[in-house]
Formats: sequence, C-alpha cells, structure tokens
Amino acid sequence: MHEILSGNEAIARGAYEAGVKVACAYPGTPSTEILETIIQYKEINSSWAPNEKVALEVAIGASFGGGRSLVAMKHVGVNVAADPLFTLSYTGVNGGLLLVVADDPEMHSSQNEQDSRNYAKFAKIPMLEPADSRECKEFTRLAFELSEQYDTPVMLRSTTRISHGKSIVDLAEPVTGLAEPKLSRNPSKLVMLPGNAKIRHPLVEERLVKLSAAGCTMPINRQELRDTKVGIITAGVCYQYVREVLPDASTLKLGMVHPLPRDLIREFAAKVDRLYVVEELDPFIEEQVKAMGIAVTGKEIFSLCGELTPGRIRKAFGLPGGDASAGEKLPGRPPNMCPGCPHRGVFFALNQLKAYVTGDIGCYTLGFMPPLSAMDTCICMGASIGTATGVVKVVGEEERKKVVAVIGDSTFLHTGINGLMDMVYNNAPATVVILDNRITAMTGRQDNPASGFTLMNEPTSRIDFPLLCKALGVKHIRVINPLDLEETKRVLQEEMSRPEPSVIITDKPCVLINREGVFTKGPVYQVDADQCTGCRACLKIGCPAIEWKPGEGKKGKAFIDPLLCTGCDVCRQLCKFDAIGRSK
Amino acid sequence: MSDQITNILLVGVGGQGILLASEILSETFMLAGFDVKKSEIHGMSQRGGSVVSHVRYGKEVFSPIVPEGEGDILFGFELMETCRALPLLKKGGRVVVNDLRIQPPSVLMGQESYPEGLVDRIRSRFPDFLLVDGQKLALEAGNPRAANTVLLGAVSKRLDIDEKFWLTALEKLVPKKALEINRKAFMLGRNL
Repeated sequence: MHEILSGNEAIARGAYEAGVKVACAYPGTPSTEILETIIQYKEINSSWAPNEKVALEVAIGASFGGGRSLVAMKHVGVNVAADPLFTLSYTGVNGGLLLVVADDPEMHSSQNEQDSRNYAKFAKIPMLEPADSRECKEFTRLAFELSEQYDTPVMLRSTTRISHGKSIVDLAEPVTGLAEPKLSRNPSKLVMLPGNAKIRHPLVEERLVKLSAAGCTMPINRQELRDTKVGIITAGVCYQYVREVLPDASTLKLGMVHPLPRDLIREFAAKVDRLYVVEELDPFIEEQVKAMGIAVTGKEIFSLCGELTPGRIRKAFGLPGGDASAGEKLPGRPPNMCPGCPHRGVFFALNQLKAYVTGDIGCYTLGFMPPLSAMDTCICMGASIGTATGVVKVVGEEERKKVVAVIGDSTFLHTGINGLMDMVYNNAPATVVILDNRITAMTGRQDNPASGFTLMNEPTSRIDFPLLCKALGVKHIRVINPLDLEETKRVLQEEMSRPEPSVIITDKPCVLINREGVFTKGPVYQVDADQCTGCRACLKIGCPAIEWKPGEGKKGKAFIDPLLCTGCDVCRQLCKFDAIGRSK
Repeated sequence: MSDQITNILLVGVGGQGILLASEILSETFMLAGFDVKKSEIHGMSQRGGSVVSHVRYGKEVFSPIVPEGEGDILFGFELMETCRALPLLKKGGRVVVNDLRIQPPSVLMGQESYPEGLVDRIRSRFPDFLLVDGQKLALEAGNPRAANTVLLGAVSKRLDIDEKFWLTALEKLVPKKALEINRKAFMLGRNL
C-alpha cells in the first residue's frame, strides 16, 4: 500500500506506526498539519497545548509514564520549549520521546529563520533530518527506537519544503509488543537536583560519543560513490537538490545530523578530491568538519540566508541555469486580512488615533500593511504586552498615552498572559487590546483554550477573558464590538488616555470559522453608483471586497464584490454620502 | 519508462483551489505508475497572496521544486500570476491559463492599475498557449466554482496519461456531491 503524503502527514503516519500514545503541539507553520493529521489515528491521545513548553511537558509526562510521545512545533517554538528540553536531555526518557521541529528557511511564514540544528547540539541530543516524505515516516519510527535504546529525547528536523512537500510513502502496520504504560518511580534519574544532575551529565556526554560511533554504521547515513572528483556532504531537502543539479557527484547523505558520524565523514573525505557541504542556513556541518581538520568548501559559495533551490546551487557551482527573479515588474500581491475580518476596524481606529502599536504574531500582524499601517513592533509570540510595558517606562507622559499592545486570543494565552501580569503588577499605564476572534486563525483555524473545543473537536471549558483579566488585577476591562467603528475608536481613546493599565477585549469571531453558530454571514452590501462621489473613504480599510473603478463617473467609483462581501458593515460606516447599503 | 521528468507549475491567488488541483495531478501521476513529488507554501500565502505549486513526475524525482527555468507546463489560474511565473518556464514551454483577472490590493485601492495586454505578452513568448474561459465552461457544467476542473481537463489533454487515471483521481479527491459536475467540467476542458 502506498499513498502520496506530505512530510507532515508522513510524520503523523510514522507516529501511528511507532505506537505513539500521546501527541501534543502548539500550531505553527510549517508544522501544524502533523497534529491535524494525527487525530485520524484514534489510538493516539492528541491535543493542542497553550504553548510549546506545555506541549513538551505533556510529552515528557507521557514518556515518564511509559508511553511513546510526540511533540511538534515550528522552529521558534523550540525557544519556548527550550527550558524543559535541556533538562530532559539529562533525565532521558522512559517511553520514547520525539520532538519534531519544522524550520522555515526563506521565512515563508515566520519572523526569523533560526537553524534548529543548533538546538540538538546545544541540548546534546540526537537529531534526524529526513529528505522526503518516505524518510519522514521511516525516521519517525526510527527516532522512537533510538530514543529508548539511548535513553534520550530525539529531535527530528523538517523544513518547509519537506513538511509541505508531498511524495510517495509505503504504509506499514503499527509495531506490536510495546510495554503498557504504568507508573514506575526512579527519582534519582527524574528529579534533577544538583546532586542527581551531576551524575546524569557525564552520561549525556557518553551518550553523544556512542551515538556518533553508531552513526557510522546506521543505514540512514550513507555514502553514495559516483564520480569521486567532487564529494558532497548534505542532508534533508538539499540532498534532493544536489542529486538534481550534480547527478554525477558522490554524496554522503546524512540522516542523522547530530551527532555527526565523524569516522564516516573522514572515510568519505579521503575518497573524494574536493569536498563540499551543501546545507541551508548555518554552517552547522561545515564548521564541525573543519574542526576535524578536513578541508571543505561551504558557506564561501552559499548564502547564510534563505533557502537553497536547484538554481541557487547551480549558481554556487558556476553552472548555467534559470533565474526565478528575472521576470517583469508587476503589481505585488501581498496577503491581506479577509473581507469581514473583525481586526480591520480596530487597526483602522488605531491608525486614526496615531497609536504606537506594539504588535504580536497572528493574522492581525497584517495590520502593519497599508492602508491600515498601524503596527510599530512585532517580535515573537506574546511579546506585545511586555514591549508596551517597556515603552511606557521610558517615554514621557503624553507619549505614554499613545502606547497600545495588540494580541490575539491564542497568542495571549500562549505567552501574553505573563506580560499582562507584569504590566498590572508593576502598574505600567499602557492599553492592551485582546483581539478575541475565538480561534487560532493564521495557522488555519485551530482550537485553543478560549474556543470551547479541543483538537478532537470535543466541547470543553472556555476561558472567560474579562474574568481572567479581572483575576490578574486589571481594573479597567472593556468588551467591544470591533465592527462598530465609532464604539471602537471611542473606547480606545478613553482607555489610552487613562494613566493606568487597561484591557479592551474585541468580541467578534473569525469569518473563516465554519463551526455552526459561531460566524454567520450577514446580508451583503452594495454601492449606489448615483450616490457614490468617488471620495475613496471606503478604500481606507483595504477590504478585498471593495474595488476601485477609476473609469466610472468623473473621479471613479467604488464597487463591492457580492461574492466576497460578508456584510460586516464597516465600509458603510465610513461613507459620508450614504452610498453604501444592504443589497435589495 | 524514460528518465525524463515532467515539470508542472500551478500558479494563482490564495483561495482559488490550487492545492486541490495539484493534489489531483499528483494522484493521477501516481496511479499511472510514476514517481511524483510536489511542493507548495501554506500559511501567509493563503490570505489572498500569490501561490505557486510545483508538481513533478517521472521515473525517479529528486527535487520537490521545479528547477528555475525548467517548467514544462505552466498551469495558470489567474493572468497576472501566470505572467509573474514565466521565468520558471523553459523555452518552448506550454501555458494553459484561465481568462481571469483578480485585482491585487494596490489595484483595488486605485494606487496601481492592473497590467494591460497580458494575454498577448504571454503568447508572444510562449506560442504553445491556450486561453480557457474557465468560468463560462464551468457554468456550462453546472457550477461556476468548477472552473479549476475545466482547466485541469485542458492541462490533461497536454499530458500523455490515460484518461482513466484522471477520472479515478477526481473520484478520490473531489467531494461526492460535487463529483458529477466536476467530471463534466473536466471533460469540457479536456475536449477543448
């Protein structure tokens, strides 16, 4: 049996075949589909956690309880989960534990392009790197065996091109004969007090030496000898590009990128005339090979930034090839908030009020784009509130009133809540807007602790934001309808001028939620061409449903696409000439 | 089977159904016994941004993305995005494009205009060119939303793959209630 699977789907399948009991994640492109796919395997208890640290801790508990567990996240998620990860390296596992990390070279959907391979080295744990979907599944299965054999968490690193690439995968049956999870106590191994940790650390170092030696005979690290004039050490999707561009070159394809199989690398290097490393982002393999005293070419010819492509590798080797950037200049097509998006009115008001907006990660980061142009900072998940606190600590009294933090429901629960605790505790007089659209929207509508449903689509408790903020000590909490521009602007103005911390919660759902009873499309709107004066006021919200027709009338006129309009009413409120109304 | 790899690029605007079309292509090639790889970007691009999907098939496919300038067929869902992707196509490559213009934000807001004469510009560089009125034929099939399937039919005609594999893939991937209309739309495109 074979199927075409994405890398993410293949990892999910591998987890099923490996007998995984618990899978946990916080959504993040390009890793999200791993958990979204894994729910089809009813044997696996799958859940969204509020953040990656909690997700890893749940996986750790499942492992300590004796079950195999998987945790998945995007590259920046590992920053959040790093604290438990580094100590987990010391305790080791009971049931096998796999941390899947999906990197995003080229930053297709990310705020940085950090190279997660450094985490495997930093935390002193093995990392596997598959080169297609077939390997995603096979390496996932192997990771659990290695995890239990070497008593270590294992990382599996994917990249966007692997996670979202599809290729043919052979399916197999799940493994049998795994021990049933049950409580077993081993405090000297699992309680990391200094006395215990001092005993564990040397074992971690020994483990790496053993793994490096074992890596020399693992089938996933393999020499492919062809013409020996050029030898290339590579891994992941870069291996595929190398085979495409330099089909005659010899390759050392690494399936385990940490620890490196040092003796195998020496052996391969001795067989080829000229040695290269082809890897995206950091010179991770290259520097270690150089430290072994082996001459190798890498980042002298490849960029440290962005992803590689067959064309970029050709260029580095001085081979002829096409150039994707050679096209003519055309209007760009950046992503945009959806028609009817409840964030649009908030950013319109923030722009009008000339607020200094500390932003966060989500669909609403698009509030940065013109014509809304109302975002001044964006660092990482949850950073908006702490950043706002810091800004008001240094600027003068008048400027303080301009500072507004915006944060989505899911991002607030991820790591923003700590920022709000600090803001209230230390009495920083900024305004926080929690954009509650009842879903984790940017990654494709995942449930979260404020949506009322679990990953398995089971009804559950739903966080009450006003009550939560009250419990944190916020004295001024306002709930508004963000589709009402007058109310939105007025409440923002009132809270911004207040010399105390305050929270505004917007209460309208994402227009893409298809769960019954959450979002309902209203009657669509239309422009009365006789009334439209061509003043362009309605264009200031950048709604994709509103089109400017320059050829109509004297100055041009606006037109609303009835297929795109959701009836949110925001444009009607902007029209001073009553030209916009509900379609008859 | 020859070692030749066929490279297909699907381009358009997020939300147009490009992912489903590339799924159907990949499934068809697998059913026909080929190795297949495909690649695309999810996430940000789904919010109305430009989308490029790569599908490659042959005896053994390595790279999941089409090497720059080696595309055999450019399957365009929208005219400007098709024009943008032309550098990915090889000299003498084929273009099948939907006769559809979707205005980007800067045009909607009246800051730029949608480029004129795109059809002629594409045709002059790639004479193996087919302009399809996807919307009209989809209406004829019974649903204006089946325009992609009309185009898929037109692309299928340019590939040497038995019709039965296409129809099996459609059956597997298109929701049951929409299948009949999509079959009809596919055949309308295929017979162009």
